[in-house]
Parts: sequence; structure tokens; C-alpha cells
Amino acid sequence: MTPIVKVENLTKHFPIKKNALARRKAGNVKAVDGISFEIAPGETLGMVGESGCGKTTAGRTIIKLYEPTGGKIYFEGEDITEISPSAMRSYRSKMQIIFQDPFASLNPRHTIGRIIAAPFEIQNITPEGGVKRAVQTLMERVGLNPEHYNRFPHEFSGGQRQRIGIARSIALKPKFIVADEPVSALDVSIQAQIINLLDDLQTEFGMSFLFIAHDLSVVQHISDRVAVMYLGKIMEIAPTTDLYAAPHHPYTKALLSAVPVPDPQTERTRERILLHGDLPSPMNPPTGCVFNTRCWKAQDRCRIDEPELLQIGASSVACHFPE
Amino acid sequence: MINYISRRLLYAAVILLLVSMAVYAIFQFLPFDPAALTCGKNCRPNLIAANRVRLGFDKPLWEQYWLFLSGIFVGRDYGVGSAAFTCPAPSLGYSFRQNACVTDLIQQALPVTLSLAIGALILWLIVGIGLGILAARFKDSPIDTGSTIFVLIGTSLPTFVTGLLLLIYLTLKNNIIPLNFDAYVSVFDNPSKFFMYFLLPWITLAFAFSAIYTRYTRSAVIETSGEDYIRTAWAKGLKSNVVLRKHTLRAALAPLTTLAGLDFAGLLGGAILTETIFNLPGLGRMSLKAVNDFDLPVVLATTLLAATIVVVMNLIVDLLYAVLDPRVRVG
Amino acid sequence: MTRLLDINDLHVTFPTEDGNVKAVDGLSLTLDAGETVAIVGESGSGKTVTSLSVLGLHNKKRTRLTGEILVHSERGVVDVVSCDDEELRKLRGSAVAMIFQDPMSSLHPYYSIGNQLSEAYRVVTKASKKDALKRCVEMLDLVGIPEPQKRVKEYPHQFSGGMRQRVMIAMAIINNPRILIADEPTTALDVTVQAQILSLLKELQREFNMGILLITHDLGVVAEVADRVNVMYAGKVVERGTVDDIYYRPLAPYTMGLLSSIPSVYGKGTGRLSAIPGQPPSLISLPEGCSFASRCSFASQVVGASCATDAPQLIEDEPGHSARCHLALADRRTAGAKFAAKGGTA
Ligand SMILES: Nc1ncnc2c1ncn2[C@@H]1O[C@H](COP(=O)(O)OP(=O)(O)OP(=O)(O)O)[C@@H](O)[C@H]1O
Ligand SMILES: Nc1ncnc2c1ncn2[C@@H]1O[C@H](COP(=O)(O)OP(=O)(O)OP(=O)(O)O)[C@@H](O)[C@H]1O
Ligand code: SF4
Ligand code: SF4
Ligand SMILES: [Mg+2]
Ligand SMILES: [Mg+2]
Repeated sequence: MTPIVKVENLTKHFPIKKNALARRKAGNVKAVDGISFEIAPGETLGMVGESGCGKTTAGRTIIKLYEPTGGKIYFEGEDITEISPSAMRSYRSKMQIIFQDPFASLNPRHTIGRIIAAPFEIQNITPEGGVKRAVQTLMERVGLNPEHYNRFPHEFSGGQRQRIGIARSIALKPKFIVADEPVSALDVSIQAQIINLLDDLQTEFGMSFLFIAHDLSVVQHISDRVAVMYLGKIMEIAPTTDLYAAPHHPYTKALLSAVPVPDPQTERTRERILLHGDLPSPMNPPTGCVFNTRCWKAQDRCRIDEPELLQIGASSVACHFPE
Repeated sequence: MINYISRRLLYAAVILLLVSMAVYAIFQFLPFDPAALTCGKNCRPNLIAANRVRLGFDKPLWEQYWLFLSGIFVGRDYGVGSAAFTCPAPSLGYSFRQNACVTDLIQQALPVTLSLAIGALILWLIVGIGLGILAARFKDSPIDTGSTIFVLIGTSLPTFVTGLLLLIYLTLKNNIIPLNFDAYVSVFDNPSKFFMYFLLPWITLAFAFSAIYTRYTRSAVIETSGEDYIRTAWAKGLKSNVVLRKHTLRAALAPLTTLAGLDFAGLLGGAILTETIFNLPGLGRMSLKAVNDFDLPVVLATTLLAATIVVVMNLIVDLLYAVLDPRVRVG
Repeated sequence: MTRLLDINDLHVTFPTEDGNVKAVDGLSLTLDAGETVAIVGESGSGKTVTSLSVLGLHNKKRTRLTGEILVHSERGVVDVVSCDDEELRKLRGSAVAMIFQDPMSSLHPYYSIGNQLSEAYRVVTKASKKDALKRCVEMLDLVGIPEPQKRVKEYPHQFSGGMRQRVMIAMAIINNPRILIADEPTTALDVTVQAQILSLLKELQREFNMGILLITHDLGVVAEVADRVNVMYAGKVVERGTVDDIYYRPLAPYTMGLLSSIPSVYGKGTGRLSAIPGQPPSLISLPEGCSFASRCSFASQVVGASCATDAPQLIEDEPGHSARCHLALADRRTAGAKFAAKGGTA
């Protein structure tokens, strides 16, 4: 089966200025630095990693909200890396994005009816039965009261606003949705509501998700496969059960072990791997394996050779000395 | 930092060059014959022609500009033979209306404007910031209400109204501050006379500015007081005046340097209204008179001077800001 | 055990244009030396307001505070609610210290780390500048900042988020306070950094025998570091007990809902999450009865009282384990067993 989305060696670098005084280019932030993966129809690929590792950038570049610096992006087998913004428009109805911040991503001056109807307007589509009917059906589908059609975003709670964002993104029944931390800003009890909604929508419409989050438990719950990113690169990509049961990459292992578990007895007994130091700057990442500055298994080779993603069982792992 | 300063200086020079070209060009395209403006009613064609040569208006435009520019650095000679004379460097041209080198005229006017601007600046910073802090600290108290009224009046009354009211009530009606027809004296020669001379103009100018600064300071202090790092300062157990002075004011007032620097630069260009009301022989009145008289070299020079002051002040303000805010200083 | 803090029937109300916001509504808790007491709850449940009132950091003019907050300091017992400003100031930093959620904005951007740290030290000890600086370097070293000699001269923007939180911790414990209040100390940090900070806090607690009041919404963090837990909902404590009580024998329907809505890495499988429907009530017009009634699936099973009209009291159902609910204890025990964390399934 043709994958919905396939990226090969995708890179996105941002040129940066050193500081406010020196207005010259000081280098590149290698936000995404050569990642490759596929997402099958109906599949959810989870993407995890620490803040600044390039998750958002990856998600936005894949649907071409950012121009890629290098690599290839295929959508349903077609190369969309180079196509013009106007040609991109016809693809837009098939790929959508849900943003992290349910407070900032909705225009405060538009009614939610208008916000949800925006994709119809942009694509110049009149759904059957009219826009208003379609919007109200959508609102009902995501658990909003359709009578609130004429209200403004500030009248809604965080969870409800995220529902509005979801309604907008599924309006055109896209085949692929990038969900960028859709539940990170929400309380656990509300978070569970939204995760369940996304689950249901996927069953109903069969769309694929790139689900970005830093919360490993949320990702585990919702994903079929998971990609672990570090400094713009994929460290490990594996089916969810394999990744969580037997992580092969030292970073994956450390990450999993750092997540506190809501279970006091487990917490009292388990061993924890404590990583030392902070994330290096993505401006000048370490040579060789990017994780070598914090890895407890690092050898000389790790500081010279960059490991490639290699198959171990069902997992792909970028490490010279995998677990 | 050195690198940065030299680069900024270079930019400043380029900007000034461009400004001077633009100003020069604008005056060339005005529909007047500059030579005809040199002699007023009793102009005869031969006098105009002679003046044209004397002042260099016969030369091509680019050469005139070049002479003007080089005059700034090496001085400039006018006329030939017995009628020849020199405006020494830095020469900004020769006023045929006043028969004087422009630089000399500016030298007389600048101290007046400088005294006016510096005095007013000090006054409005003290009043504006002080009142702003009080208003913020005693928010919603009668002090705050009073300051709000002050701000309203200060920002809505035009300078000339304030000036005239002050003149009428403090001087003419009640004679609190005696009317001063004396000429300008330097602060170094006679301080008390100097202060009497400038008191009303200072108050007039500072009035409007203090109002703006009061409003700014009040809101900046209130906003900064809500910052997380101020909460941290309280949590350390600091005394309230330390929290205010060291933590709140430093952050709230740093941006004020920019505002104050630029306002000050604007005034140095000449506080036209104030100088006119109080009959102060400063740059503002000089420019106004020059415009009325079509005294083009003077207009050109004062425009250029004002631009220079703004550019230099900008530089100073940016450097000052870098000293105040480590985020700018250390990259 | 040494008692450090007693909060009795604390009410915090903010009068606003729309009405009175009852942010904290009759809260009581205690904290002893060497223990970590957690307050958990959703956004807006009153956790931060509680923590700020212990240090008297709220705006006095805009806040109505009643009840008692007794801080047991070396100089005796002080009631934060009724003491004067000067007494309160002397408690801050020396007896009670605090670290905040956002390390990015909690340090002053214009002053060096050394300046800010030594200020905290000198205001209490009156040490000389030189001694203070020496102490700062020691503290930075203690919280695990490499090259403290050099970094003490740097400014906050030159530090990463995790390092800034370390600096905040160093600043908080520089005067050996007995009570440390940590309001979401790791929420803004990555998990790997969170693990570092939590282990640092535990280590420091062991060393200095501090009582830590930990405020968080993360049940994972609570399970990792807390000894006792207070679950808050809409300004009230709805359940209180030891961590094991809360996770394995929850007695309040809200706690049960909370436990079952978290997806866990050591998963309870990948079935549907049992979400709590609806959202918390407005604090301006709290319902007459139980605040949780509109979202509670047990409300219909209650006999002898009405969840919609009678407000339940916090009752000690078992020794040291209290809950606020009308439902019969036996029914709650049965329900709790269903929702409880599984215990050591890793
Ligand atoms: N428009 C931009 N210009 C310059 N640098 C950028 C830009 N967008 C992102 N970056 C940098 O690229 C890196 C990756 O950022 P990105 O937002 O993709 O991270 P992320 O994994 O989504 O992090 P988070 O979990 O914090 O959302 C960061 O170092 C960030 O500072
Ligand atoms: N100064 C204030 N004036 C009015 N209402 C306030 C004020 N401070 C807090 N509140 C309200 O009190 C309630 C409790 O706030 P608090 O900050 O304690 O919540 P929290 O439990 O810490 O939540 P979070 O997890 O989001 O930090 C909220 O509804 C908040 O809007
Ligand atoms: S390649 Fe080396 S440094 Fe990188 S993760 Fe593997 S062992 Fe660690
Ligand atoms: S009192 Fe009633 S509504 Fe409240 S938690 Fe108990 S059962 Fe639910
Ligand atoms: Mg992101
Ligand atoms: Mg809070």
C-alpha cells in the first residue's frame, strides 16, 4: 500500500542572527536534520522528544508550512517537495494541522462558526446542505453544543477550544492530520476527553496522524508506531509496544525511565537512569552521535561516526551500541 | 562591543551623508533663485549676478554640494579679491541675510537651546518619574487620582497655552517670577540670573513631557510589579523599598532611556514654540526666522544639525541600553 | 516529629467585578519536618493561591484571607494571616522559601546570578559581600551547576531552563529554611531534566530535613516524591491521605476519575481512557451542593443526601485518610478498588 506520507532525509535549517547587536548571520539552527519515515493510511505515528528537538518544525515542514531545506516529501506517492504554494492548495484539503495552544490558535474576533467554516471558504467548497449545517454537524461530532455557533472563542474553556480546533481540522475530511501537542495545554481529565475524541475520529474517518507530544504516556496510548527525536534527528522508530517494552536506544531508555509513573510502589522500587547535563544547542550539535554528550554508553567511536538508523527486529535504531 | 560601536558609527555617518544630500537637493528644487534672495528689494540684475558668483551658486549642483560638505571639515572661502572672506571650519555655509557665517549664528543659539533642553529634561524626569512611581505605589489612592488629572491636563494642553498661562498668572498678574527682558546669560557667569531667565520656559516645556512620563512610569511600574521575578524578590524577604528600587524600577525604567534620549534630541533641534513665546534666542527661533526670511543656508544647517543630533542620540541611547540590559550586552 | 506548618480553615477570596472568586474554600493541612506533602488538582483548583498565601505573597488589598496559617519558626509560632508585614518579611526566605513554576521568568533579567543569590543570603544573615559570594558558589555547586566560580557572574539568560530552576532552588535553600514550597517546580521542564530536579530536591530534603509542600497537577510526580497528598477540586480538599491511600484506595469519586484518566507508560492497556465528562464549575458561582456533582457518575447512587443541594464535609473515613463525599463508604471502597493504580506492574 502506498504510504500517505513519506519523508526522505528531510532537513529544515533556520538561519539565525547572533544577537540584537550583531546583525549578521551567525549560523544555522539545525531544527530538523535528516529524518526519514513513512506513515501508512489509517496509522498514527507518534513523535516524542524534549523541547527544542524539532518536533514542531518537522510537523510543519511535512505539510509545507515551512519550506524544507533539503530532502523529499511524498504525499500519497507524489513528490510535493518542490511544488508551488498555489499547487499546494489542492493538497491542503487533504492535510491539516491541530495546534498546541488552544488559546492562541483561534482568532478571538471570529465566531466559532466562522472559524470552523474557514476550510470550506479557503477551498471554495460548499458542502451539501450549506456551510452552517455542515459546521453544526461538525460541532456536534466533536462534542460542542451546535447552538453555540455564534459565540466567540473566549467564551470557551481550553478543552472546548481544542475541540473547535479539531472540528476545523476535520471539516474537509483530510487524509492526514499533524496534531502538534494537541493536549499538552489541557488538564488530565480534559486531556482524556480529547484523546478519546481523536481515537473515535480516526476509527470513523480512517485518517492518518502524526501525533506530536512530549508526554510519553499520551503518545503510547494513541500511536501505532513512535519516533523518538533528539536534536533534529530520529534516534529510534519502532512499533509502540516494542518501543515501550524494549527500548533499544540509550536515549529512549533514559527518556522512558525519566517519566514519573502514577503508581507509588513502582516509583519506590524502580531504577532510574539520570541523564547528566542539558540538551546541547542545535546550532552546533555534537559531532558523531548527537547524543554522545549525555550518553552513559558513549565510546570514542560515538564522537566520530554518526550512527545510521539500522533495523533491530521491528525497530530502527541509530546507535553503535544499542541495548 | 568595540566592533559594534564602530559599526554603528559608520552607519551613523552614512545616514548623515544621505540626509545632507536629501536636504541639499530639496532646497535646490525650491522655486527660488538663491542668488535673488540675497539682496531683497534693492536687487539689480548685476548685483544678483555678482552675489551668485560670490556665494558659488553659479557652479554645478554637485560641486556646490561638495563645497558645502568639504566646508564642514576645512572651512570655506567666499568671493574673490577684496570682497573675499572665509568661514572657518566647521563651516555650514554663509547667511547672506544676516551677513554672517552660519556656524557663528549656531554657536550663539545653541547654548540657549541646550540650557533650555537640559533644564527641562531634568525637571520633567524628576516630576514625571517621581509622580509616576508615587501613583503606581499608591494605586487607586488620591495621589493616583491626582496624577491622572495631571496627566490629562498635561497631555491635552498645548505648549503655547501652558506657556501663555504661566506668563499671565505668574508674571504679569502676580509678579511671582519677574518678567525678564534681559539677554541670555550663561549659567557660569550668573547662575541666579540664568535660573530666573529659564524658569518659566523650563516649566512650560517640562509640563507636557512630565505628564507623558508620569503615565509611562506609572504603567511600567505597575506592570513590572506583577512580574514573576518581583514575586521572587518578595519571597526572599527583601524590604519593600529594596524591591521597589532595586528590582522594580531598574526593569521598569530602563526602556525610559530610549524615550528620554529621543525626546531630548527632538528638543535640541529647537523648541520652536517655547522659544518664541519666551523670546529666547535659541535654535528653534532661529530656524523659524530663517524659514520666514528664506534664509536657506541657515535652514539647511539647522535641519542638518537636528538630524545629526537625532542620529547621535540614537546611538547613545542604544549603547546606554546595552549597559543597562545584560541580555543585549552579552550575546 | 517536628510540626512546621498548620493551615486551619483557610479561605481566600478575590473580590472582582463579576463577583467574589472563592479560590480557596476552607483548606486545612499540616506539614512536618522531613516530609513532602503534595497538593494536586486541576488548573484553577486553588493550588497556587494556597502556596502564595503561606508566604503572604498575595496582594493584600485585593484579597480576603481568613483562617490561620501557623508557621513554626525558630523564633516561635507566627500566624501569617494576622501578623504584621515586618514579621512576615522575616519569615520569608529564612523560615519559608519558595520555588516557582516558571524558571524562565522568576529570575531578574538585569542582575547576575551571584548578585541575586547573595542578596537572598545577605538579607537574612547580614554576611559580607565576599562571604556571600563564597556561599553562592557553594550553593551552585550543591545544586549541580558545573563551574560555579564562573557561572556565578553570568546572567539568567545565559542559563537553560533546568539550570535556572537549579539556581532558584539554590536561592531558596541558601538560608536553610525549614519549609520549602515548590509550586509546579518541574512543569516547565523536560522529563529528563524533571527527573534531575526531583532527585535533587529529594537529596536536599534528606540532607537538611526540610518539609516540602509540593504543588503539582502531575500524578506521576506526586507518586514519585510525596508522602502525603491533598487532592483539591474547586478550592476544596476532596481527599487527603498517604500516597498509597490515594493511589490504591481512593475514596473520593474525583480522585478515582483523575486516576483513571491518565494514560500510563506502564499502561493499563490501550483501551479508551475513562475521561471525566464536563469541566470544573466557575469559582464565582459555586454549586450549592457538592462542587463535583455535575460531573460525578456516582451522584445518582447516593442515598440519604442530595449531591446537588447538600455540600459534603471532609470526613476521616480511615485513620489519616479523609474524603469529601456523601456516598456510602462501602460503595466508595468498591469503586475505588476498580479505579486504583495497579501497583508494581512495571
Ligand atoms: N522560525 C524559527 N527560526 C529560528 N529557529 C527556529 C524557528 N522555529 C524553531 N526554531 C528552532 O528550532 C529548534 C526546534 O524547534 P521546534 O519548535 O521544532 O521544537 P519542538 O520539538 O517542537 O519543541 P517544543 O517541545 O518546545 O515545542 C529550536 O531550537 C528552535 O529554537
Ligand atoms: N488575583 C486574583 N484575582 C482573581 N482571581 C484569582 C486571582 N488569583 C487567582 N485567581 C483565581 O483563583 C483560582 C485558583 O487559582 P490558582 O492559581 O490557585 O490555580 P492553580 O490550582 O494553581 O491552577 P494552575 O494549575 O493553572 O496553576 C483560579 O480560578 C484563578 O482564576
Ligand atoms: S551511538 Fe554511542 S553515544 Fe550515541 S547513543 Fe549509541 S552509545 Fe550513546
Ligand atoms: S458527594 Fe455526590 S457528587 Fe460529590 S463526589 Fe460524592 S457522590 Fe459525587
Ligand atoms: Mg513544539
Ligand atoms: Mg498554579
